[in-house]
Amino acid sequence: MSQLAQRQAFATFKTHYGVAHPQPVQKGNTMALDAKIPGGPIAEKWDRHRFELKLVNPANKRKFTVIVVGTGLAGGSASATLAELGYNVKTFCIQDSPRRAHSIAAQGGINAAKNYPNDGDSIWRLFYDTVKGGDFRAREANVYRLAQVSNDIIDQCVAQGIPFARDYGGLLDNRSFGGAQVSRTFYARGQTGQQLLLGAYSALMRQVAAGKVQMFPRREMLDVVLVDGHAKGIVVRNMINGQMERHAADAVVLCTGGYGNVFFLSTNAMASNVTAAFRAYKKGAFFANPCFTQIHPTCIPVHGTFQSKLTLMSESLRNDGRVWVPKKPGDTRKPDQIPESERDYYLENKYPSFGNLVPRDVASRNAKEQCDMGKGVGETGQAVYLDFADAISRDGRDVIAKKYGNLFQMYEKITADDPYETPMMIYPAIHYTMGGLWVDYNLMSTVPGLFVLGEANFSDHGANRLGASALMQGLADGYFVLPYTIGGYLAGTAKANVTTGHKAFEESEKQVTGRIDRLMSINGKRTVDDFHKTLGRIMWEYCGMARNNEGLAMARGMIQELRAEFWENVRVPGTAADFNQSLERAGRVADFLEFGELMIIDALARQESCGGHFNEKFETEEHEALRDDDNFCHAAAWEHTGDGQEPEFHKEPLVFENVKLTQRSYK
Amino acid sequence: MTKTINLTLKVWRQKGSKDKGRFDTYHAENISTDMSFLEMLDVVNDQLTIDGKEPIAFDHDCREGICGMCGCVVNGRAHGAEKGTTLCQLHMRHFNNGDTIAIEPFRAMAFKVIKDLAVDRSALDKIIQAGGYVSVNTGGAQDANAILVPQEVADLAMDAAQCIGCGACVASCPNASAMLFTSAKVSQLALLPQGKPEAAKRALNMVRTMDELGFGNCTNETECEAECPKEISITNIARLNREYLKAGFFSRSM
Repeated sequence: MSQLAQRQAFATFKTHYGVAHPQPVQKGNTMALDAKIPGGPIAEKWDRHRFELKLVNPANKRKFTVIVVGTGLAGGSASATLAELGYNVKTFCIQDSPRRAHSIAAQGGINAAKNYPNDGDSIWRLFYDTVKGGDFRAREANVYRLAQVSNDIIDQCVAQGIPFARDYGGLLDNRSFGGAQVSRTFYARGQTGQQLLLGAYSALMRQVAAGKVQMFPRREMLDVVLVDGHAKGIVVRNMINGQMERHAADAVVLCTGGYGNVFFLSTNAMASNVTAAFRAYKKGAFFANPCFTQIHPTCIPVHGTFQSKLTLMSESLRNDGRVWVPKKPGDTRKPDQIPESERDYYLENKYPSFGNLVPRDVASRNAKEQCDMGKGVGETGQAVYLDFADAISRDGRDVIAKKYGNLFQMYEKITADDPYETPMMIYPAIHYTMGGLWVDYNLMSTVPGLFVLGEANFSDHGANRLGASALMQGLADGYFVLPYTIGGYLAGTAKANVTTGHKAFEESEKQVTGRIDRLMSINGKRTVDDFHKTLGRIMWEYCGMARNNEGLAMARGMIQELRAEFWENVRVPGTAADFNQSLERAGRVADFLEFGELMIIDALARQESCGGHFNEKFETEEHEALRDDDNFCHAAAWEHTGDGQEPEFHKEPLVFENVKLTQRSYK
Repeated sequence: MTKTINLTLKVWRQKGSKDKGRFDTYHAENISTDMSFLEMLDVVNDQLTIDGKEPIAFDHDCREGICGMCGCVVNGRAHGAEKGTTLCQLHMRHFNNGDTIAIEPFRAMAFKVIKDLAVDRSALDKIIQAGGYVSVNTGGAQDANAILVPQEVADLAMDAAQCIGCGACVASCPNASAMLFTSAKVSQLALLPQGKPEAAKRALNMVRTMDELGFGNCTNETECEAECPKEISITNIARLNREYLKAGFFSRSM
């Protein structure tokens, strides 16, 4: 939408909703949250903390049950590792098998500070790059720990038999990735996520066979059950027969991924959703930085209203592909008819030192900027070229095919264009969400006993995640962080021995069933997907790649209106006591309709630009994100205060003692 | 270029595992050829919902060909006729206006129908539980580069490791055998040094479990290889057979 059209729409909106000026919401308790970061120099914090954490005696571990929800990299690795340590684990997933979570779709690779290529990498550099890449909105201590354990992850994964790429001598191969000037990314062709996930899945299956993990597939978590303020279980819906099931435990671990599907069109899997995290939020877990969403620069452009999802092309393509658009706006010639002199390699020109390898947020915004100037290509004008012609003539088709063959094939399947012959067309799409449930250094949320891992938490990527860091974080949390920190909680808390007969379970189940009954009884005229698409369009237009206060305030009203209509006019066919995919989606969309508003509240409250959150009011002269470190150098954590009430704002100030706060520059 | 087509669908409808199923006929109209097969089903389901009928249940998730959750038999072919393609990556440009398309679930004794096109493939997880792993606990692994793996071996292992566990091999095998699935995992781990210590036990246990779960035997029909969306080679089955024989001769656990 153009600026002018947006102003006009806002004028209409003002009359409609009676709002004169958007008011950022920042009220109530601003008492700082305690992240429980251990003292001492940053390089010693984790060692020191591990020593100080209480231990659960090996013989006592079998007396504890831990619930893990989700079986992506974080959930799979956590389940397996906890079981190996001796805990009883109950693991739940929404798919038919724990091998399918969307971590599987990660293509490019996983970072580690091994410095095998001898190009100057170190734990400190990985830490530094991640903090800077996150535009200084991540917690230093967590990021340092992440960089520290990154090397252990590679060792573990190789020991599991993950077939990482090798060079001729049999050593592990590395490649470079967006936002880094060293080659620290380990990869398994274009299927690194798949191979890492299958590694964690294999470890999990081994523990299932050993009887230490009870696996519950095709279950959707609909509530966390709290007893005396501690997380003591969950209520899930059996997706085959629609029955409610109660499960009690001594702690609950959520590894339920991100909320990118609030935009309807994203690179997430169809079942990816915010429900588990949002239900936890409603039970008292604070939600941090929900407006930090990542737009990935290299996705296949949108091509029709029927489209159900977007497909990512690995960022690794930017190692060899050159991004360009025609210099002249409105140039409709075919790419091979546009001579070199009339092409604008805008990333290389603007950022000579990083070139096509600038971080994702920078690459995405620049693509949008080019398209907004009318220089976009393809049928919709909402695309830029990613051209491999130079790489193919330099290295030969075989070398390029070896590196990216499966990606080129996937591209051709979807678009019917051959990227060996003609440049790919790409456009940014929602891909990852940096925001998530607030956790302390132990990965515990504000609800005692409720831990949150992987994309579902907020802590490590700040306002922008670097490529190949999501796999690293999911596995770090699951293999190497939670297994220690959960012991500290279990050893330090009196064992409650709650059973599913407890009235808290009864109340929770009653509330969940009531909501399902309500969804089934509306019998309106619009389908669930129809509402979801409408919500997605609002979010993408006003809370997407670029945001402004007027648009956000307007979107908030639109979402409230849409939500009201949803509860009156949605149609959910079939019955509740059955395999009912429409009902599953209805519950998720109902939560997205509330959660989308929380994102907007957060985006309005953060009156600065940083990383993936770009408010048009706050930009440098060169159109880069302009942070306000005096007022917004914090994580914003939102507390649910009741349905229809304003959430309460809490702040975790972020202190940068080791990386100096600077304006990011990739020039 | 994008165009639209009209199709007649014959879809298998079955309320639950104990019910008898039947084919129902639906008309899919104005289907853009840029749509994926599953997007076409979305459109049909939207219409069914509006018409007050029950939508067709089908499994799917990533819609980019990697999670292995989707899969139906389309005109007699698992994931449809396009080579090396999952159902979610099968695009409607491969169909013609006026086509009639038969859509059935993956059928095998070991895969019970849950509803319509959705089947229970948990038997594949049970095969992995029987040994599809390297027995290493988290922590204490040696430096990753201490294990050298020749590039061609890593490549072969990766070829096998690409299996997405969708079950198309089972659905297309006349014996409903899971040999391609089982052999892919056995091969990956037998090729790599990390998997060698347990290779014999793994081959024996995984094959035994496969048999116990009601999957058939391999009679070299090679339908599995033809239909595998990841084009996993049947040389993996040959490798499994070698591993199995070797294990039979030398294993102490026999």
